[in-house]
Amino acid sequence: MLRAHQFACGIIAGLSFTSVAVPALAQQGLDEPFQKSFREALAGKTVAYVPVAMNFDLTEGWYAGLKKELEPYGVKFEIRDPNWNTNAGAQAVTSLISEKPAVMVIHNPDVQTYAKLLQRAENEGIYVIQINMGSAYRSSAFVGANWIEIGERQTEGVVKACEGKSNKIAVIQGALSAAASAYTLKGVENVLAKHPEIKVVSSQAADWDAAKAKAITQTVLKQNPDLCGIVGFWDGMDIGTAAAIKEAGLTGKVFLATSGGGERKGACELVKNGSFDLDMSYDVPTQAAQMAGTIKWLLSSGAKPGSIKGSEYTTLIPITKDNADSQTACWNLSDLKK
Amino acid sequence: MKRFRFNQQEIVFVVFAALFLAFSIFLNGFLTADNMLTLLQNVAVLGILGLAMAIVVIGRGIDLSLIATLAVPGGLVLQMVQNGHSLPASLLAAGLLSIAIGLVNGWLIAYAEVPPLFATLATGLFVAGLGQAALFQLDVVQWSDGMAGFERLGQGSILGIPTSIVMFAIACLVVFVLLRRTRWGAYIYAIGDNPFAARVTGIPSRPIVVLQYVLAALIGCFAGLVMAASVNSMPTRIFNSTLIYDVILVVVLGGIGLSGGRGGVVNVIIGTLLIGTMLNGMTILNIPYAGQNLIKGVVLLIAVITDTFLNPRNEETAQQGDI
Repeated sequence: MLRAHQFACGIIAGLSFTSVAVPALAQQGLDEPFQKSFREALAGKTVAYVPVAMNFDLTEGWYAGLKKELEPYGVKFEIRDPNWNTNAGAQAVTSLISEKPAVMVIHNPDVQTYAKLLQRAENEGIYVIQINMGSAYRSSAFVGANWIEIGERQTEGVVKACEGKSNKIAVIQGALSAAASAYTLKGVENVLAKHPEIKVVSSQAADWDAAKAKAITQTVLKQNPDLCGIVGFWDGMDIGTAAAIKEAGLTGKVFLATSGGGERKGACELVKNGSFDLDMSYDVPTQAAQMAGTIKWLLSSGAKPGSIKGSEYTTLIPITKDNADSQTACWNLSDLKK
Repeated sequence: MKRFRFNQQEIVFVVFAALFLAFSIFLNGFLTADNMLTLLQNVAVLGILGLAMAIVVIGRGIDLSLIATLAVPGGLVLQMVQNGHSLPASLLAAGLLSIAIGLVNGWLIAYAEVPPLFATLATGLFVAGLGQAALFQLDVVQWSDGMAGFERLGQGSILGIPTSIVMFAIACLVVFVLLRRTRWGAYIYAIGDNPFAARVTGIPSRPIVVLQYVLAALIGCFAGLVMAASVNSMPTRIFNSTLIYDVILVVVLGGIGLSGGRGGVVNVIIGTLLIGTMLNGMTILNIPYAGQNLIKGVVLLIAVITDTFLNPRNEETAQQGDI
């Protein structure tokens, strides 16, 4: 009996010894076959970034996010800031084509200006990633918001808030020349076509300018104190719209829907204090991560620039009072830069 | 016998009165006390800027850096408070920055004798670039908790009158007293009318020119603070907008000739009222943006052409320095 018991113990001990010993044998390491070529594909490559301008939350956020993701792999970053000047931007893109970076990340000021240039760039062997504002030319990748969807969802929010009320709404557009503004307006029209009961009492362009947005809103509210909602096209401008609503004492009575990049001070804080009721965010850090992912994939794939084309539309985050307090609904530029 | 003649100020006033009457009769909801206050409130900042420009233009200059002095010192206050400085310290820094801008402008024009058009164009670009490159993290500087209470400068109302209108009224009063009741004001008119004669009579014309630009910069900074308080943020990119043309429009339309020495606060008020009435009426009518610019241009052309017909220029009235 005793023997049998000792024997059993021996087996158990032996088994447990083998179970420890087997992984010990594997400690010699196993080479992952693809990481080396991945690192080689990225190291020393240049990524050129041409936003419409630096110094605002979106373009600073994309830049910080891209840098954070790609610099550790030895990717060099070049930035050309046209500072809202379309001609300067076109010149920057032209000169970049002759410098031949591996990838160009392009934020279009409109649909037409860069289209031909971007096609040329891809023919020359440069991957082109277009962000947030696409051009008429479809390049290797588009990463960005779907403006039509933004317009639709903002308007749906306003229409819902207007149920049982006056059904009078106002639209504060951006700049007439900006395609993002025109696309958003199309989204607004799509929803309004389904809701004939809604009356648009004012639809004006405020040029992305908070002071103009405030002036228009004040006048509209004086004429229509029973207004039930406003669709604004950018949170940076709609601070002015919100100030007008607040001064008229109509906070909470006029539903204000807007959109933006979701930076904490410009979005969540303003939803929390009641300035905005809905802020459709296209979450800039996620967009930056998707761009970086696309760049990694393209560079390591070895695909010929222009031979494959795809789109990554951003999944929107609707920021309302319910999630404005959460850590993840918004982002801080200062943290992203760290 | 004196022939009865309209001058530009009266023509603009007649255009304003005609527009106002037409809107009052044909536009429902235009002639209400509430809408009148909104109309004024919407152009209060433009009016304050118009006063700053008027001081300089009366002294036969022009200040194209005015929008930069609206945006950068005002933005600096918001940025410093956001970074944890106290509000008084930030306001002091903004005041000093404005005075520095004014001094540089004045020195370039009065002592280095650079034409004001070029001097202020350059300083404006410099100041805006300085703000973007060194002072601000983002183009739109957001309001922060440290600014609590300061928004009363541009929001809410005093005795039922929106605060920004009260601020415009205070600025009007200060500039009026300065131009019409002080010796400095008289000097500014004298220099604007004939700088060489002014110098010969012993007026310290160079320091007075410097004073003009310092005053303009300080008023510009004040306008910026009112604007920031009214929209709870400072969109510093406003420097790239066409606001400066609107300011010049207010001044010239009101009847302050660019050749200097003429006009005053009343002209700025008339010019501001005309622009305000047009903007307000067109917003109520929901006229699209492109149409608004067209109408603004046509009204301006009518005013200028009428003036040229009624008061043709000749060798005697034309002055050197006309732009």
